[in-house]
Parts: sequence; C-alpha cells; structure tokens
Amino acid sequence: MKEMFRIHDKKCEKVTEKVRAGLGQRFLSLSLLAYDMVGLTLSPESLLETAEYLRDTPGLEFQFLSCLSGVDRQDRLEVVYHLHSLTAGVSLQLTVSLPNDRPEVDSVTSIWPGANWYEREAYDMYGIVFRGHPNLTRILTDDEFVGHPLRKSYWTEGGLV
Amino acid sequence: MKLIEHHPIESKVAGLRTEEMLLNMGPQHPSTHGVLRLVLQISGETVTDVTPVIGYLHRGMEKIFENRTYLQGIRYTNNIDYLSQMINEHAFVGAVEQLLNLDVPRRAEYIRVIVDELQRIASHLVWLGTYLLDLGAFTPINYCFRDRDEILEMFETLGGSRFNVNYMRVGGVLADLPMGFLGRLEKFLHRFIHTVDELEELIGGNEIFEVRTMNVGRMSPELGIAYGISGPCLRASGVNFDIRTFRPYSIYPELGVVPQVEVSGDAFARYQVRMNEMRESVRLIQRAIEGLPGGPVRARMPHLLRPPKGESYYTVESPRGEMGYYLISDGSTNPYRAKVRPPCFVNLQILPELLRGARIGDVVSVLGSIDIILGEVDR
Repeated sequence: MKEMFRIHDKKCEKVTEKVRAGLGQRFLSLSLLAYDMVGLTLSPESLLETAEYLRDTPGLEFQFLSCLSGVDRQDRLEVVYHLHSLTAGVSLQLTVSLPNDRPEVDSVTSIWPGANWYEREAYDMYGIVFRGHPNLTRILTDDEFVGHPLRKSYWTEGGLV
Repeated sequence: MKLIEHHPIESKVAGLRTEEMLLNMGPQHPSTHGVLRLVLQISGETVTDVTPVIGYLHRGMEKIFENRTYLQGIRYTNNIDYLSQMINEHAFVGAVEQLLNLDVPRRAEYIRVIVDELQRIASHLVWLGTYLLDLGAFTPINYCFRDRDEILEMFETLGGSRFNVNYMRVGGVLADLPMGFLGRLEKFLHRFIHTVDELEELIGGNEIFEVRTMNVGRMSPELGIAYGISGPCLRASGVNFDIRTFRPYSIYPELGVVPQVEVSGDAFARYQVRMNEMRESVRLIQRAIEGLPGGPVRARMPHLLRPPKGESYYTVESPRGEMGYYLISDGSTNPYRAKVRPPCFVNLQILPELLRGARIGDVVSVLGSIDIILGEVDR
C-alpha cells in the first residue's frame, strides 16, 4: 500500500504543476486533498475555460466527470465537481462558491455531457441555476414541488427526516 | 402529457404516410425493474427519441444521512442499491474511515473483499436472470436465483438478515466469520465455477439471444467516457476502467484484479463482461481465503463518532459501476453533507443516445443490458 501511495503522490505532483503552469493566477487555491485527489478552487467566472483546459490539455485529460454535488454552506452555496483522468490516473476536486442571493454558474454540459442530470439534480435540491443548460427542470421531485429540500433552511418536521 | 399523440410527418415515398407518435412505457412495466417511465417517440418501428422520467422512488436519502449519525447511516446505504448492499456499506464506511484517517485491521479488509465479491456475483446473477426473462427465456432465472439464494443465506449467517445485512462498521466489520462459513463458501465456489460455464452454455450459443443482443445498443468508448459511464457498460466498450485498479482500495492491489474488458460495446459484450466478472470474483475470493490472516476484525472505536472537519470522496467498484460517497464533516456526530455517487443515475442518462434509431423491439434489450437499479437512480 505504501508504495502505491508514493506512486500516486508523484502523479499528483505532476498534475498539480501542470495545472499551476496552465492556469497562472486564475485559481483561488490548489492543494493535495487525499493521496490521489488534487483540490482546486475557482471563482465561478473562470469555470468554463478552466474546465475546457482540464479536459483538453495533454497530460491532464480530465475527461471523466465522476460526480457533481451541490453543497449548502449556509453563508454560501458550493458546486463540487469530481473529475477522473483515465490517462494520468489522478482525480481532481473542483470547487466553485456561489453567493446565497444569486446562485448562478455556467453549465458544464457542453464539456461533459454527463453533467446534464447532475445539474438538474443540484437545481432541484439546492436551487442552483446553471446558465446554458439545455433543459433545467426538476428531476427527482415532482414538477409542482415547492422548495429545495437539501438546503439547510428547508423545514423538516421535528428536526428528523 | 397525453399518452399517445399523433403528428403526421411527410414520407419520402409518395402516397405512403407515416405518423410519429409518443408511447408511454412504464411507470410500472415488467422489464423496468423498478418504477421508471420512458416516453418513447416512435416513427413506425423506429425509435426517434426517448425521454426517461425518473424520481418515482425518491426517498430523500441524502437528507436522511444528514439527520442520522454515522453509524445509523450505514443501515440506509442498504436501501440505495438494494442488490449490492455490502458494496454500498463498504463505500460509506470507507468514506468515514477516510475522514477519520483510520487503519482497518487486515482480517477485516479480507472479509470485506470476500463479501463484496460474493455480492457482485449475486448481483450479476439477478441481472442475468431478469435480463433473460425480459428477452423471453424463462429457464436461466431458476438457476441464477438458486445460486444467489445460497449467497443470501450465507449473508444471513453474517449479519442476521438476507438483504439489509448491515454488516460493515466503521473500522471493520460487525463480527468475525461464523463457524463453518469458510467451508460452506469454498464448497459453493467449487460448485459455482461450473455453474457459470453451464449458464454460458445455456445462454451464449442461443441464436435468439445472440440476434437480440449483438449489434444492439452499441456505445463507443468516447461517448461512454464523455457521459461518465462506468462499470461493465464502459468496460464492454473497450475502456479499461475499474475503480479496483484505478483508485485502488482495501486489499485489492494485493489480490491483483484483472478488469474484464470487451471491445464490441453492444449488449452482448456487456453480457460477456458480466459473465467473466463472475469468474474473476470467484478467483478473487479464493485468493482472499488463501491469504486470510488472523487477528481482530474491528478497530477500537468510540460508540459516537465525531470525525474531524474535512471532506472525503471514496469510491468503490459496484456491480454497476463507480459507487461512492462524498462526505463533508463539520466535526459533529452527523455528516454535514453526504452525496451519493450513483452509477445507475449516470448510466441511465445515456439511454436516449443508445436507443435513437433503434427498433422498438430493442428498447427492452438495451434497457436491460445497462442494468439499472431504480432505488439508486432516485435515491
């Protein structure tokens, strides 16, 4: 196991250097989260071009969108993207923070088509609006449903679900 | 939406008119394995578009996790993908262990891998039986469920329940293997390896099965990766992507997993991948039994866990693909956020791409071949 971690560490270092070189000053933070997970925080404005850079640059090739989650941090909302690079063998966690009063971010469906349902889910559960999404409607709850159930402020009877 | 709508469209052949119509399949169709609704847009015998409508089984699992302690959460993972409970539990406890930065006793890791692989066999057997049932063959499901039942009975001796086993714990497993378990398991594997050959003989050479699955629902590797497809569906398209080797966890690197890959990318290739995976699982279990070490099966843990502030994204290879949990801890007893990475939710998304231009008779064949569990799609 220890040896495996070392191999992964080296891969992560390579990816981190490449991201740092390519993005210049366009990211907020860059760190190693787990033994094979690079963490990258962005401002919402630079999301699309960064995503394209991450997907298309040789040596990075984050073509596989593993997961897209909305997070309610109470003072802000977050969208977290988990990406895999099948060639580099490394994963990357991309975090974008959105203000509570206007949670809007560009849709990444043009870059990873698999984001389509994930973004609808985040819209359904958190009310995050994805600009440029082909069909941003509710997906898991009913069309007539009111509210966004996974927000911390959403009322639940007796505090239990 | 009205059930059937008629839109006359122009035909290229003069005098012949064909109509495009919407056809509703589900929410309770026998071959949808759960509550799924497909709105098919068909022109004659050809499917021009499909819209899956999901959410009928939505139970708010992620909200439930936020309102339960970490230990209570394990039990709910059983109901997310109800055909691979052990692997769900493994993903969840793995994520909590990553938050705690905890080392699990080696015997526990071996036991986990043994039950994971048994679960994979059981899940593939259900898929095989029901898929063949969808295609009109009744015999295989009897053989499949006979062997699956044997596995469920073994699970019963582990956790006291056949389905919602609730066997894994943060830091290990509930209890050591009961007396006689390993002997029974070895006997089962010895018999089962021949059963796989029998099943393959029964199904593989059947002309009807081949006609209905070969060149049906073909998925290119580029399309699969772009959509985030994982598991046997992606491996059937020639992509060597298996979480057990891509993000190795537990003791899989020591066992040497060989991902099963096929290149043709059609429904038949997915069948082949799953059959070969059952053989691979048998091999992995046998290797795990050989190397099973002694010692404790559970690390010493407090009853009420309070993981430090942080995040973890832990994924495992479920029978359907990449199953994972993204946990955020705020230092309290409950997860602040527990996001499930559901393989079927993502895999189902590609259905319109696979079905556009297909014959209406192939809808069931393609839908069955991607192996969806609606409990996990809707959560």
